[in-house]
Amino acid sequence: MATRRFFPPLRTLITTRSVTYMPRPGDGTPRPVTLIPGDGIVPLVTNAVEQVMEAMHAPVYFEKYEVHGDMKRVPQQVLDSIRKNKVCLKGGLKTPVGGGVNSLNVQLRKELDLYASLVNCFNLPGLPTRHENVDIVVVRENTEGEYSGLEHEVVPGVVESLKVITKFCSERIAKYAFEYAYLNNRKKVTAVHKANIMKLADGLFLESCREVATKYPSIKYNEIIVDNCCMQLVSKPEQFDVMVTPNLYGNLVANTAAGIAGGTGVMPGGNVGAEHAVFEQGASAGNVGKEKITEQKKANPVALLLSSAMMLRHLQFPSFADRLESAVKRVISEGKYRTKDLGGNSTTQEVVDAVIANLD
Amino acid sequence: MATHLLRRVLGSRSSQILSATSPNPNSVITVARAYSVDTTPIRATLFPGDGIGPEIAESVKKVFTEADVHIDWEEHYVGTEIDPRTQSFLTWESLESVRRNKIGLKGPMATPIGKGHRSLNLTLRKELNLYANVRPCYSLPGYKTRYDNVDLVTIRENTEGEYSGLEHQVVRGVVESLKIITRQASLRVAEYAFHYAKAHGRERVSAIHKANIMQKTDGLFLKCCREVAEKYPEIKYEEVVIDNCCMMLVKNPALFDVLVMPNLYGDIISDLCAGLIGGLGLTPSCNIGEGGIALAEAVHGSAPDIAGKNMANPTALLLSAVTMLRHLELHDKADRIQDAILKTIADGKYRTADLGGSSTTTDFTKAICDHL
Repeated sequence: MATRRFFPPLRTLITTRSVTYMPRPGDGTPRPVTLIPGDGIVPLVTNAVEQVMEAMHAPVYFEKYEVHGDMKRVPQQVLDSIRKNKVCLKGGLKTPVGGGVNSLNVQLRKELDLYASLVNCFNLPGLPTRHENVDIVVVRENTEGEYSGLEHEVVPGVVESLKVITKFCSERIAKYAFEYAYLNNRKKVTAVHKANIMKLADGLFLESCREVATKYPSIKYNEIIVDNCCMQLVSKPEQFDVMVTPNLYGNLVANTAAGIAGGTGVMPGGNVGAEHAVFEQGASAGNVGKEKITEQKKANPVALLLSSAMMLRHLQFPSFADRLESAVKRVISEGKYRTKDLGGNSTTQEVVDAVIANLD
Repeated sequence: MATHLLRRVLGSRSSQILSATSPNPNSVITVARAYSVDTTPIRATLFPGDGIGPEIAESVKKVFTEADVHIDWEEHYVGTEIDPRTQSFLTWESLESVRRNKIGLKGPMATPIGKGHRSLNLTLRKELNLYANVRPCYSLPGYKTRYDNVDLVTIRENTEGEYSGLEHQVVRGVVESLKIITRQASLRVAEYAFHYAKAHGRERVSAIHKANIMQKTDGLFLKCCREVAEKYPEIKYEEVVIDNCCMMLVKNPALFDVLVMPNLYGDIISDLCAGLIGGLGLTPSCNIGEGGIALAEAVHGSAPDIAGKNMANPTALLLSAVTMLRHLELHDKADRIQDAILKTIADGKYRTADLGGSSTTTDFTKAICDHL
């Protein structure tokens, strides 16, 4: 009931827009977007996005490709399609553990040079969580570091893995993080590292961040050691704003932040490079859910719907993005249709119908 | 809360039953058991440390005396000059003392800034071959955090992995850092984790990894864990990917029991877990070394700003001392002291400033002694 009372002012808050969006002539021409439905629960969820996009007449159409986690590599025509369309919406691909197959999620990022991964972790109004006032954006380096894929057995029983940090990649991720903070009116960028132990590798990363920071005097810059960072996240997450991290730390930090803000089922995100952008569920791209959820058709579509809103904004359709975002937020705050991970019992389709009903 | 206290009590019981009925293959226990006669004093090395260290060490000594734990503390302080034999401010005699006693307790130490010496923790770790770091993490009844029902143990490999210290610049602007995983070290830490789980009545061991990306290194770690798991059919074994583990921990920490992991993951996860229950000031820690050495420690900083002001919270060091007693198989004493600490905090009458109270270290210590 409490959420009910809260509902009307929120609705006006979200929908009031004083200045209209003036599109360029021809902006309504549908844009092609590559769609990868993915594995497990994800086709259910991408299907949800398709339905909502159609219902709101968003000027996009999808070129759909079947890709699965057990494939040796991402098929060429998929890469070609993304190169042509520049934008892709992707479901998670299952990563087999230790099966001699490289993760397709990682392969795609490398192939298209999607060097920045962005996850936005925030509290959704009406969704009870352990922490309030969480609004963290994790900008993670996506191409090198611990995920270099360079490993070998030195002698039997001794294995080495290389973590590679380059000045080039560190600089460009730092630049992206600060640029993002600047454009989105964020106040602070925090670099996450372990330079007290990995003095050279993480040292180089920090050095790059510091250099870029000097060019953005209006944005506060600070540094935090990764273990302390995780401890702070579970005690005082409100202190963080934008975080910039090397590959592995970003993975952990983003998942932790997603967990405290409401779970990976609701956090949007994407991967972006100079040329292309792939939008997907923010955290845990490799986690495609359990079979049971697939059978019951109860996957949570919220994360990918919010990612689609990010995509619409990226495609310069801000009004569509706003409509989608506020519809999703309304459904969540109303609390009637929620999937199991958010404490409800709705199916994917019920949530989708509710979102469509809430579109203005 | 009651269930998890009960479980801990049962846990220590079952380990007593275990050690009484079956000869334990692990040398750790045989060494330890030799000392476990109540009357002969046990010799243990004590590093009170810097800053608040001496105050909280005093608190431990007091509680131990009140609880009739006969320990003969050999106190060692960090030297003022670099000892050439250890290349560190720690003296050779201090290290010898731990090697001889096989048991020690360490307060917070501040590594002096400057070049030409090794950090104190690194010296201890390398010289004593401390291969596993064990941190029991449990919600303290009565001290409210945003997470309750935490009752897990993190066991971290401490000698290799990402912290090998092997780094080099390939060309300008390109740096490589080596992560080393060996079969020997992985088996050793897995063995300890399962041994710990069994001895403490735990049901499940989760290996934390990122083998979907680091297939060979973390793959080897997993392989070793699986091998050891086969020897302990009574303990459930599972594997969890590190990023998923982070998410699960903050969503529902009660999902985990014992976690075993390589160095970096362990570093991050153990601090994250400490955050769940209220910070490093409440988290006990114990390092396990080759040949049955155990060095319990408080992992928080030396807090020089409140040193000497009788304000420090001795809980972490006290609980670490409790893990030390458990390592010595003095479970009765350990339970008594632990219960007294938990009761004192739960009562809420005597709490130090960091827990929102205004008691002094001595008052808090006295309250614990009264609860014994």
